[in-house]
Parts: sequence; structure tokens; C-alpha cells
Amino acid sequence: MTLDGKCPSGPIETAWDRHRFNMKLVNPSNRRKYNVLVVGTGLAGAACAATLGELGFNVQAFCYQDSARRAHSIAAQGGINAAKNYQNDGDSVHRLFYDTVKGGDYRSRERNVHRLAQISVNIIDQAVAQGVPFAREYGGLLDNRSFGGAQVARTFYARGQTGQQLLLGAYSALSRQVHAGTVKLHTRTEMLDLVVIDGRARGIITRNLATGELESWVGDAVVLATGGYGNVFFLSTNAMGCNVTATYKAYKKGALFANPCYTQIHPTCIPVSGGYQSKLTLMSESLRNDGRVWVPKSAADATKDPSTLPEDQRDYYLERRYPSFGNLVPRDVASRNAKTVCDEGRGVGHEVDGQRRAVYLDFRDAIQRVGKSTIEARYGNLFHMYTKITGENPYESPMRIYPAIHYTMGGLWVDYNLMSNIEGLFVLGEANFSDHGANRLGASALMQGLADGYFVAPPTISDYLARVGWGSTVTAEHEGFKAAKGEANERIQKLLSIKGKRPVDSFHRELGNVMWDKCGMSRTKEGLEEALKRIPEIRAEFWENVNVPGENKGVNQSLERAGRVADFLEFGELMCLDALERAESCGGHFREESQTEDGEALRDDVNYCHTAAWEFKGVETAPTLHKEALTFDYVKLTQRSYK
Amino acid sequence: MKITLNVWRQSSPEAAGSFVKYDVDGVSADMSMLEMLDVLNDRLESKGEAPIAFDHDCREGICGSCGFMINGVAHGPEKEITVCQTHMRSFKDGDELTLEPWRAMAFPVMRDLMVDRSAFDRIIQAGGYVSVRTGSAPEANATPVMKEHADMAFEAAACIGCGACVAACPNAAAMLFTSAKVSHLGLLPQGEPERDKRAIDMVAQMDKEGFGHCSNHGECEAVCPKGISVNFIARMNRDLLKATLRSSR
Ligand SMILES: Cc1cc2nc3c(=O)[nH]c(=O)nc-3n(C[C@H](O)[C@H](O)[C@H](O)COP(=O)(O)OP(=O)(O)OC[C@H]3O[C@@H](n4cnc5c(N)ncnc54)[C@H](O)[C@@H]3O)c2cc1C
Ligand code: FES
Repeated sequence: MTLDGKCPSGPIETAWDRHRFNMKLVNPSNRRKYNVLVVGTGLAGAACAATLGELGFNVQAFCYQDSARRAHSIAAQGGINAAKNYQNDGDSVHRLFYDTVKGGDYRSRERNVHRLAQISVNIIDQAVAQGVPFAREYGGLLDNRSFGGAQVARTFYARGQTGQQLLLGAYSALSRQVHAGTVKLHTRTEMLDLVVIDGRARGIITRNLATGELESWVGDAVVLATGGYGNVFFLSTNAMGCNVTATYKAYKKGALFANPCYTQIHPTCIPVSGGYQSKLTLMSESLRNDGRVWVPKSAADATKDPSTLPEDQRDYYLERRYPSFGNLVPRDVASRNAKTVCDEGRGVGHEVDGQRRAVYLDFRDAIQRVGKSTIEARYGNLFHMYTKITGENPYESPMRIYPAIHYTMGGLWVDYNLMSNIEGLFVLGEANFSDHGANRLGASALMQGLADGYFVAPPTISDYLARVGWGSTVTAEHEGFKAAKGEANERIQKLLSIKGKRPVDSFHRELGNVMWDKCGMSRTKEGLEEALKRIPEIRAEFWENVNVPGENKGVNQSLERAGRVADFLEFGELMCLDALERAESCGGHFREESQTEDGEALRDDVNYCHTAAWEFKGVETAPTLHKEALTFDYVKLTQRSYK
Repeated sequence: MKITLNVWRQSSPEAAGSFVKYDVDGVSADMSMLEMLDVLNDRLESKGEAPIAFDHDCREGICGSCGFMINGVAHGPEKEITVCQTHMRSFKDGDELTLEPWRAMAFPVMRDLMVDRSAFDRIIQAGGYVSVRTGSAPEANATPVMKEHADMAFEAAACIGCGACVAACPNAAAMLFTSAKVSHLGLLPQGEPERDKRAIDMVAQMDKEGFGHCSNHGECEAVCPKGISVNFIARMNRDLLKATLRSSR
């Protein structure tokens, strides 16, 4: 299989416009004859479903929560980037494009990223028109801040709730289309399989989470906007229900999975406090603007009250190692360094499983410098949240933080049109692999989700529909649907019949520990090989010893979780395999074998300047690797340095 | 510590429910309320018993999925916080807690602590939006908005749609929820053209869903995890009155 990204050639600045002009259009009176299935109502899915509905297509939208408004996009705090240059500080489409390609450590497609930077400005216009209450200046115009170490202030925000406000904007547009009758919404409905007929995505199988009923849905195109797979690590900043099921099932039906090993670890999260921990909470990265990160110089001081430790016994390790960027080094660098000092035994805070995994983020000096009230004005809500969760007061003693899984750059492979290698299967938002390469910049996921949903997918889906035409004879009675539904039912019955001794979560935790140890912040050949041995063992025990109580009738949350965990238990293996195959370090993927003399990530552009896209060959059979070479015409490849 | 729970168990929307008592040992103060239920559920699952069903997702107090009554108070004893963010340090060893689903005609119980809140979605569908097609938006800074208005609109827009306001209201009214959306959009110039129609249509839908009427108890504001003010209800009532007068003219 040769992977064709279908990027338009010619000057990058006009590529998207020219591409759009070459697209086919569907006559307005014919649009309602097409059925589009949109799975997911986060930023990407809600935006896409609403826009297709406005155009007059017939849309069915699905989400597993009880309301479309609860998709995990709601939890994004920091903000959304756009190249508006409202601050007159030298920003431009080209600069945002350049920063994103470089930030992704040169592992993304230039043309996709350029389009994203171009569209970023339209997103802000759209959101403001919907009534998204972004922060404003006293003059009434929109405010911006600098985020994640960017040298320009291009981030738009709504206090610490930007994701919530943008999602509610997209949800309102979606609700308007539900009212208009163009979109039908199916909440508490989980997609369990994709149906591919004659090489085209033609529908999905879902389970109604309120009744247990399995249903078949026929469509002319299928859109997956089902979010990221960070929960393969069990503990992450993702919502509890985030899963890989939809994209993984598509992978099993032939869609290629690209760069699964590219995951992002966020350096400032509240550390694990005990074995019962169910998820991790992010503390905004803006805290590093004023907080100083340190651990005791000596492991013997790890349990001492931090305020009693004099200056000369503290190791401000980021300031020491990276004098020019200090505490503001990028996410991956900050995270890895925290792990290193904790592995040296200098971690602080509670001991969990025999290790202290936390470092201090100290505001003492900042409070002395600018006063408590200024710090309160800047971070009051975050300090409040920290106090609620830990019971400690960060104005008086330093916060304790530790990295956690936060975002997944990998996802289903898509071309420039956001279509996977399966005809008619479009993949949007965090679920695809497209724009962030090996590392995502802060405030760029919201931008990508909305760019995909509002502006990229609607025209490319229309073009696809215009080309395939309407009036297909496929119905839910087709063999393809019957077989997929039968398989889904069989799997549910199997899960319910095992009645073993272990609860579902115990397997998820066990898998998560393996993933975090071997495929987390730093990875080695030996570690990954161990994980590749261990995961099939956990999976085998799962299928013999899991206990899923109840039946497939009505609400059964154990069954929901069991299905998701079963998919993670297969997917984890694919991630480790991808991480093993990529013997270089790049972005969030750090292979210990590939580092510079002073311990920084070392890319290998000669052997790995490609996207790795995996083709399913069977659960117990190794998948086939396809490579899409990456070429750079506008950005010069350099090694990142933050010294 | 040891906590005793009286949990509402109801196996289906049609089934009659009842309280069931559980003793949970080894509860740590650092656990969240939902993590304590996870621990209990793990035990139930290992024994092949049905775990306690409750809605939850983000566990960060923002998605609005979670929510139930703890000892008769929506989202429990702490102010401006959801159950997912309530930690067990709010309670002490030996405490007995009663956990019950939201009770409202418009929120039928589905199972245990889980209710059907789709009525909220239908209220938004009736008019909780600005009619602006993708691509038709003007340049964002072409319409300045007074900072005070933008900030107040944000306060209203912060609603997470959890339903605690309805659960706490003696009349099971949805006024705080509906007024928050009506006010959010009504305070912004972008929402102005549809302001009258929005208020009329959303309130009509609210009534149709079987929510009760507001009699100014203020219980809704007291339990709202986002601290949304009852002043928005007064604001919506004014909007509605004006809109009704104008439309009857
Ligand atoms: C704590 C946190 C903070 C963040 N902060 C920022 C930030 O400040 N700026 C930024 O740019 N990005 C941020 N991100 C990242 C960003 O929020 C996400 O990447 C983005 O919102 C994902 O949007 P999405 O539409 O792709 O998916 P989601 O919002 O995750 O939506 C997924 C949808 O798919 C549905 N779904 C999933 N599986 C199924 C299934 N099997 N069947 C049916 N439906 C299914 C869900 O119901 C949901 O509707 C943050 C992420 C986290 C976790
Ligand atoms: S689980 Fe999201 S608000 Fe509680």
C-alpha cells in the first residue's frame, strides 16, 4: 500500500483555496438525500455535525455521555491559539505554522499545518459570533495571553474554562440544527463497530447505554470525532469514559493507525495520592510562569518540611540545567526531568507503591516579589482547586506536582481531506493523527478540533458525497451489518459469561502501570519488549478471569467499561510496537538509546522522518507497517535546544 | 476511616427502589467521593453484584455529568463544588451518609443514582443559541463588548448543566439553568436580535418539560457548583415580560 496524503502541490499559501476550488459540490436540493453519521460531539464532532446540518445534509450524531455538552473538550482550561496578531507582536499565519511544525519536532505534514494556521483566525470569528464569552480588555476588544512558552501572545481564553465555552458554542450550533430537524442526536449511545462494504465506510453498530439494545446505522459517510486514547494509561487527565474503541474498531476494519506511540505528558498535574486514584487533575501550565520547580539536593531530605530546607539544600534543577528557559522549558523536557529526579530518590510527598513521585512548585519567591494578592489574582482559581483536592494551602507551602498523560498525537491516519484509507471514513479532532507531529503545542488542540469540524471536513465530505452520488442500495439488512452486529453481540455475551474473580478496573490499572513504566515518559528497547510480552498475558487473564456482573439489559456500567478495557488491552500492544519500531527520540517520544551527550532528545531524520501507519493483521499477528515520508519545503529541520 | 452509606438502589426506570446499607472501611481522607464509590463498586463487582450506577466523566467539576444528594443536599456539604470534587476529608470516621438521586418529575430515575436530564437539552434546543451559520461570522474585533458585560455573560455561561438547581428547588424549577443561558446570550450584542424570541421559547419549553415554578426560595443558588446567581432569574423574568409585551403589540 502506498500512502498518498493527497496534498495539493504549488505554493503552500494558496494550496487550500485552490484545493477547495477543485472540489465537487452537492446541489442544495440533493443534500438531504445523503446520510452522514458523526460519532462524537466534542469540539470536532459537534462543529462538523452542526455545519453539515446547516448545509442541509441529513446528520445522525452520537455520543456516549447523557448530553452532547459533556464531551471531554469541556475540560480544556488554558486557551485556543489563532494567528490574529491582535497584539501587534509579530505574529502571523506563517509564524503559527512555523511554530507548530517545529513544536511537533518535524513529524507532521507541512501542508496540513499551514491550513490549520490559516483557518485559526476564522475560528475565533465564528466562536465570538456564537456568543463565546472570551476574555476582553477594558476597551471591549479581545484579550490574549502567551501560552506554553510561545514568544507571541496569540492565545484566546475564557478564564480557565476555554474548552467549556467553546464546546458550549459548538453545542449551541448543534442544538439549533436539532431544532431545525437536520441533525438527530443519539446520546448515551456507544459505537461498537464500523461497517465497511465494498471498501467504503457504510455505517456503524451502536449500543444504547440506557437499554442495552444494539442498533445498525447506515450512512453515505462516517465521521469519527471520538477523541484521544490517553486512558490506555488508566491514570490520565482525560475523562473517565475516554476510550479508543471507535478508532480501534475502525483499525480492525482496515483503517491505518498512525504514530500510536506519540503521547503527550503534561508536567504540572496533581500527583497520585493512593492506590484508589481514578484520574489525575491538570494544573494549568501558566503556573510555571511564577512557580519555581525544585527537589531537595539530598534524598535524605525528601520527607522534611520544605519550608525548613535552606536555599543551598534545594536543587532548582530546571533553572540549573536550562539557564535560558529555566522553569519554562517545553512540556516534554519538564516532564522527563521530573521523572529523573524522582528516580534518583529525590521525589517528595506521599509514598505510593514504595516511591515518592512529586516535585515542588514553589511560589514563595513570587509572593515575596509581587505580593500575595497579585498571585491570587493570577492563579486564585487554580490554588483553590489544589486546596480542594489535596487539603493543602499553596500560598504557605509549595505545591506538589508530577507529570501525567494528557493528550495523544497519534490517531487514525488521514489524508489532506481528513479521510482515512477507507473511503468515506473521515476522522477529526484528537482522534486523527494529523497536525501536531510528535508533540502538540499548548492551546492548539482546541484550534485543530474546531478547524477540522467547522471548516475542513464539511467541504471535503461534500466533495466525497458529490463524487459517490446518492441512491445507494445498502440497508441495515445487508450481510455486512448483520455480521458486525452479530460479532458485537457475541463479544458482549462472552464478557458477561466469564464471571471470573477480578473487577474490570483491576485489569485496566494493571495495563496502565505497564504502559506508564515502559511506554511513558521514557522508553527503552528492553522495556518495550517486556511490555510486549506482558500485555498479551494481562489480556489473556482478562478474558478468563474478569467479572462483569449483570446482563445486557438496561444500564450496565461494568459492561461498558469492560468493552473499552478489552480494546485498550489490544491497543496497548500496538502502541508499544510503534514505540519500539521508532528507535529515535522525537517530541513526546523519548528513547533512552537516542539522546545527546547531555541527555536531551536526539532525532534521527535520516531513518525516521516519516509517519508510521499500521495495518491490522489479526489480534495475535503482528501488524504491517506503512511509511509516509515527510518532506519539508518551507521549514528547515533543526535540533531543538532550550539550554 | 469507616463510612456507612445508605444508597438508593433502583434496577430500572420502572422498578421500585429502596435504600441499601453498605459499610465502607479503609476510606482515606484524600479520596474523592466517587473514588470511595469506586472502591465499593470494585468489591461489589468482585462478588458478582451489580455496582452502584452513577453518571460521571471528567471528575474535575466541569462536565456536569455527576450529581446526587448527600444527606439531602445536592452535591453534598461543601459550597460551590460537585460530588466528583468532594473529598472524604469533608467527613469523619463513623459518618453515615445517605446518597439519593436528583428527585424531579422532569428528571426520571434511570438506575440507582442516575437520572435522565435530557429535558435540559431540549430547553437549549428551543432557543439557547445565536443563529449564525459557519463561515458567516464577521471579524471578531468588529464588535467591541463592554468588559463588564462580557464578564457577566461569562458568569452566566459557566453553568455546567448538572441539574443540582432543579434537585434543590422545592418546586423542581429549572429557572436558574434556563435563566443562565438566556442571560449569557442576552448580555452580549451577538445575542440581541433573538433576545425576545429566545426568552419566550426557552421558558415555554421549560414549562412543557414539567419543571415547576420559581417561588424565590434561592435553594438553587445555594447548591450551584458554579455559584450562579439568582439575579439571573430576575433578569430573565424582566426579559420575558418585555418580550411578551412586545410580541403582543
Ligand atoms: C484537562 C485537559 C485540558 C486541556 N486543555 C487544553 C487547552 O487549554 N487548549 C487546547 O488546545 N487543548 C487542551 N486540551 C486538549 C483538548 O481539550 C482535546 O484534545 C480536544 O478537546 C479533543 O476534542 P475532540 O472533539 O477531538 O474530542 P472529545 O471532546 O474528547 O470528544 C469525543 C466525543 O466522542 C464521543 N465518543 C468517544 N468514543 C465514543 C464511542 N465509542 N461511541 C460514541 N461516542 C464516542 C464522546 O462522547 C465525545 O462526544 C486539554 C485536554 C485535557 C484533558
Ligand atoms: S464528573 Fe464532570 S462534573 Fe463531576
